[in-house]
Amino acid sequence: MVVLINSSNQVAINGEYTEIRQIKDKVKEFIENPYNDEHKPEKVPVDVPFFGEMMVSKNHVISLQNDRGTEYQAYINVQNELAAAYNELRDDVSRKKFGKAFADLDEDRQRAVQDIYPQKISEAEPKNYGGNK
Amino acid sequence: MGKFNKAGGREMPELNTSSLPDLVFAFLFFIMMVTSMREVTLKVVFRSPQATELQKLEKKSLVTFIYIGEPTQEFKAKMGTETRLQLNDQFAEPGEIQDYIAQEKSSMKEEDQPFMTVSIKADKETKMGTITDVKQALREAYALKISYSAAPRVN
Repeated sequence: MVVLINSSNQVAINGEYTEIRQIKDKVKEFIENPYNDEHKPEKVPVDVPFFGEMMVSKNHVISLQNDRGTEYQAYINVQNELAAAYNELRDDVSRKKFGKAFADLDEDRQRAVQDIYPQKISEAEPKNYGGNK
Repeated sequence: MGKFNKAGGREMPELNTSSLPDLVFAFLFFIMMVTSMREVTLKVVFRSPQATELQKLEKKSLVTFIYIGEPTQEFKAKMGTETRLQLNDQFAEPGEIQDYIAQEKSSMKEEDQPFMTVSIKADKETKMGTITDVKQALREAYALKISYSAAPRVN
């Protein structure tokens, strides 16, 4: 999934203009891939402690690209929504399995939930379309 | 009636000041508890960005801070209005980050060194070009644990 932020602080996901509040749901759908859509990353079976064998989207990548003129707050907003997406997915699993929020789990259980939803965010070198440094 | 003499005019008895040192120390301890030491005077304008997915920064002793913003009023004349970096108390260029990190690392215990975190406190209107230069310099200095400082925002 390619997330672009331009120098006017606008966000595009896979070429489609997206509002800040829409980002989280798009990202969750991408990672979760509930209907095993062919166009979304494939899930592979992974043996996870406490859970046994789970289908994990291990090979998904979210690529984040800014412009040199993008405002820091816009970047933080996008990072915030990405973090929120992972946090919500992890919280969901954590409550269903352990009855507690992800943040309230002990280290081993947290690591297990992290294995189910690993964070795969890659940041690219910013472009300089504006022409000025 | 008994013998009740009105023996002269009584003065006010002297105040018992034997507990005064206790009071002074108690007050001193109170002040020590409520004040926090700020080691660095901000020379750049730093308005924190806001976010909701926040985690408390742990082990503050292993954290190195980098401030990024426009110089404050008193430094505008000397340093201009362009965004600048502040490392500890000094203005600096991205090129100086590597030395700064090496310095901070060497002042830590050896077993703590890989756990050093760099907290980027950049003004919310900073351009990503500057942030990226800083992150690149940190990468070259092997300071790989990076934290973006933000203030809570109610959605």
